[in-house]
Amino acid sequence: MEKRVSFNNRALPYLLLFPQLAVTAVFFFWPAGQALYQSFLRPDPFGLSARFVGLENFRYILTDPLYLQSFATTAIFTSLVTFVAMAVALFLAAMADQVIKGSGVYRTLIVWPYAVAPAVAGVMWMFMLQPSIGVIAFYMKQLGITWNPLLDGQDAMLLVVLASAWKQVSYNFLFFLAGMQAVPRSLIEAAAIDGAGRWRRFWTIIFPLLSPTTFFLLVINIVYAFFETFGVIHTMTSGGPGRATTTLVYKVYADGFVGQDLGSSAAQSVILMVVVSVLTVIQFRYIERRVHY
Amino acid sequence: MSLRSITMAAAVATAFVPISGAMAQDKTEIQWWHAMSGRLGDLLQQQVEQFNESQDEYEVVATYKGTYSETLNAGIAGFRAGEQPHIMQVYEVGTATMMAAKGAIKPVYQLMEEANEPFDPNAYLAAVAGYYTTTDGEMLSLPYNSSTPVLYINQQALEEAGVDPDTKPETWPEVEELLVELKENGVECPFTTAWQSWIHLENLSSYHNQPFATEENGFAGVDTELVFNGELQNKHIAMLADWADRGLFTYGGRGSDAGPLFRSGECALYTESSAGYAGVKAEAEFPFSVSSLPYWPDVEGAPYNTIIGGASLWVMSGHDDAEYVGVAKLLSFLSSPEIQAQWHQDTGYLPITNAAYELTKESGFYEENPGTDIAIIQMTGKEPTPNSKGLRLGSFDQIRAVINEELEMVWQGDKDPSAGLDEAISRGNQLLRRFEQSVE
Amino acid sequence: MVEKRGVGTVLTHVALILGIGLLCFPLYLTFVGSTHTSRDVLSVPMPLLPGDQMVRNYTVALTSGVGVGVAKMLANSMVMALGIAVGKIAISMLSAYAIVYFRFPFRMAAFWAIFMTLMLPVEVRIVPTFEVVASLNMLNSYTGLILPLIASATATFLFRQFFLTVPDELVEAARVDGAGPMRFFKDILLPLSRTNMAALFVILFIYGWNQYLWPLLITTRGDMNTIVMGLGQMIPSADDYGDWPVTMAAATLAIVPPVAVVIFMQRLFIKGLVESEK
Repeated sequence: MEKRVSFNNRALPYLLLFPQLAVTAVFFFWPAGQALYQSFLRPDPFGLSARFVGLENFRYILTDPLYLQSFATTAIFTSLVTFVAMAVALFLAAMADQVIKGSGVYRTLIVWPYAVAPAVAGVMWMFMLQPSIGVIAFYMKQLGITWNPLLDGQDAMLLVVLASAWKQVSYNFLFFLAGMQAVPRSLIEAAAIDGAGRWRRFWTIIFPLLSPTTFFLLVINIVYAFFETFGVIHTMTSGGPGRATTTLVYKVYADGFVGQDLGSSAAQSVILMVVVSVLTVIQFRYIERRVHY
Repeated sequence: MSLRSITMAAAVATAFVPISGAMAQDKTEIQWWHAMSGRLGDLLQQQVEQFNESQDEYEVVATYKGTYSETLNAGIAGFRAGEQPHIMQVYEVGTATMMAAKGAIKPVYQLMEEANEPFDPNAYLAAVAGYYTTTDGEMLSLPYNSSTPVLYINQQALEEAGVDPDTKPETWPEVEELLVELKENGVECPFTTAWQSWIHLENLSSYHNQPFATEENGFAGVDTELVFNGELQNKHIAMLADWADRGLFTYGGRGSDAGPLFRSGECALYTESSAGYAGVKAEAEFPFSVSSLPYWPDVEGAPYNTIIGGASLWVMSGHDDAEYVGVAKLLSFLSSPEIQAQWHQDTGYLPITNAAYELTKESGFYEENPGTDIAIIQMTGKEPTPNSKGLRLGSFDQIRAVINEELEMVWQGDKDPSAGLDEAISRGNQLLRRFEQSVE
Repeated sequence: MVEKRGVGTVLTHVALILGIGLLCFPLYLTFVGSTHTSRDVLSVPMPLLPGDQMVRNYTVALTSGVGVGVAKMLANSMVMALGIAVGKIAISMLSAYAIVYFRFPFRMAAFWAIFMTLMLPVEVRIVPTFEVVASLNMLNSYTGLILPLIASATATFLFRQFFLTVPDELVEAARVDGAGPMRFFKDILLPLSRTNMAALFVILFIYGWNQYLWPLLITTRGDMNTIVMGLGQMIPSADDYGDWPVTMAAATLAIVPPVAVVIFMQRLFIKGLVESEK
């Protein structure tokens, strides 16, 4: 996507980019490069010795049927988290956008969950939904609803999807709302005069104008579901039962950070990076075409 | 406040302000990184303060570094950057990793020798210290918080089901009889367990003098292979699967997640670490008893001893000799009978020395808190055999995860017990081979 | 606003209240938990209405800083959160401006280089990042806490999206007025970006506030502890018991500053683009 009009200045753009690129280079590319280089090594965790093994780590990972299985788990998990988090947020933002009285209160309350520290959030979900002490689990049992995420893979998946999407709703809500408030009121009023109902006004005017935000959130939510949910999975299910909630990044975390197999986790990170890069490029190529700037 | 003034404030605040480490300059500082949160963290801090007050040459600074795996990563990152602490608390499953990092650690026996600190390896309980000792008898790390599995019984549940509340089943067949009786008399959850791999495979094996892995469970070499699919283990897991099927056993999750099931009174019998005693005592609103871990009577010589879990203190290399003298003094202090006895009584962790055990016995603690000596009796009843000294496996945390995964499929009825064990072994062996290659 | 009254408005409020009820239930539960005794919290089911232990639990939570006082931890968290929010917004606005409004060699390469930072989980690179920070002598410092977390593709991407929607006529008008690129940025783009900046500030502040692993790793002194680290330390170890209500009280208290920021930011939301359109 390009702007038709632009400034001409040789040095300025580089100057503007410099701070971010410098920080990125020093604190991301340098260490990340070192981490990824280990995908060709069989290093010991303390950095005392490392043997070059070529593509051995990749072969080890890619011939593991269970690893390939976690691709499917990840796809399901990511789609569900992204869809739930975005749909709920879009709905709430559309509602909040129409409210005049108390909009500040609603906004604060909806952003609130985002402020909960992840370590505490895990504990709270346990107090709600863990079959042994969860208060919601208790009432579900009273109502005769079977709920056993400890042994039922689908229940466990539902649990981690809810917990992961929950936080992201606040995030999406805030940006959807900011986007909606930027929609010129004159357009909406003109449509209202033409007799378009709320529903139609939303889908024909607001939603298309929102597309830059929606595209932004789509990309960010997919990346979130891929990369930042292992903490939730770790505290709630540890990837189980069986391997029902073992996503790709949870495995990276479990093998590298917990299991100290740095070679394997680096190789998995490379694979993960390739997958997400391809996904992102596809999104920029094909989905962005439909974005209305 | 406008955006601009926020920017200014933050800019001022972030301007390079390295916090100076201006401690009392004349004291030698010793860093101890640990993973004890909550009440245990407070108790650890008390030990440190006591040590600091007991002398004026060294100042120990204990820092909480998150969970066991976060602490280990912090230590690794620290070591790679030359910023490692003097002492690091590492969980038992990290033992092989630490042992293999020869240039990064200073074995405890060597530290004591070099620091001229009096040190008698025989003062330590063999069943506890043995886990962290080489086959040549050299102690590598100092056991800090060690525990072993025992059986907790909700006496109220037994009474309500019309069973003598003092019943203490000694063998697994006896347990089964009891569970059936409880179930028939309306107990919805007769049995649950914490730490399934540790209790029902690792300890099961050592308790019956069966190998869990070859090469003396990994003590004799990294070319070890898992062998926990023998007749005994198959029988035991099949029994648990059958219990799960009949509603005698409720699976409560990995680690100690099943704790609330017992402490809230829902489950009647519970196999869990002896260190869970304090938690049960604090939260349970019913009388309970502690009994030794049940065994299989048809195995010759059984029961042998159970093995420990928990964590030990590793001394990191790369510090001054003067500092190591202080570290040695701290380790001696932590091993002293008074400190150990106190720690043992406060937490339910095992004392690491005979003297601390004797001291606790004399104090009358065991009479006041019946059941707290079960763990130590169970561990010291017999001399440890090569199968019951402990386990030293690389990538052990991942192996436990594999075992958890496979067992969950067994409890769910998706997999045959023997198929589950076989699969766990073949996947675990793969992890062991990778570890072997990384430390060659 | 269109249609100020009617059934629709009522339904809207009902939907919002329901949504908030669901989203905030975990928070409510934490609060309820912080007002009971440990025993009540752990009973099954735990109570759903506040109890009478509030004063006691909050007093304990406020006075029981682990090794270091609550005030110091709050201050550290504040500096870190502000530093990250302001720093990220500043550098990513500039780079997004460069990427959207200029044509120059390696423009897309720069964008993708920034974007890559999203694609590697922190835990994978945390050990080498620690080495970098240590070699720059930034352990136990605010700089070390903040700088490595400042490189953010999210913010750059958001500003890119927003700048693309800004009408081109504005640039042309600025040109006609003889305004250079920096004047345009300062006088036109910056004021237009207020709503997005406010939204981003809220998100980034909370992101910084809730950082756990990074501060845990690079600080070894109590006086650098953040409030979330203190919170982590209060959660009982496995197998042990703890004072859950006090932990929940501390958790509730730790939410207050970020929420205060959200409330404070409300003013900027209202004064965003909406106003300038009218």
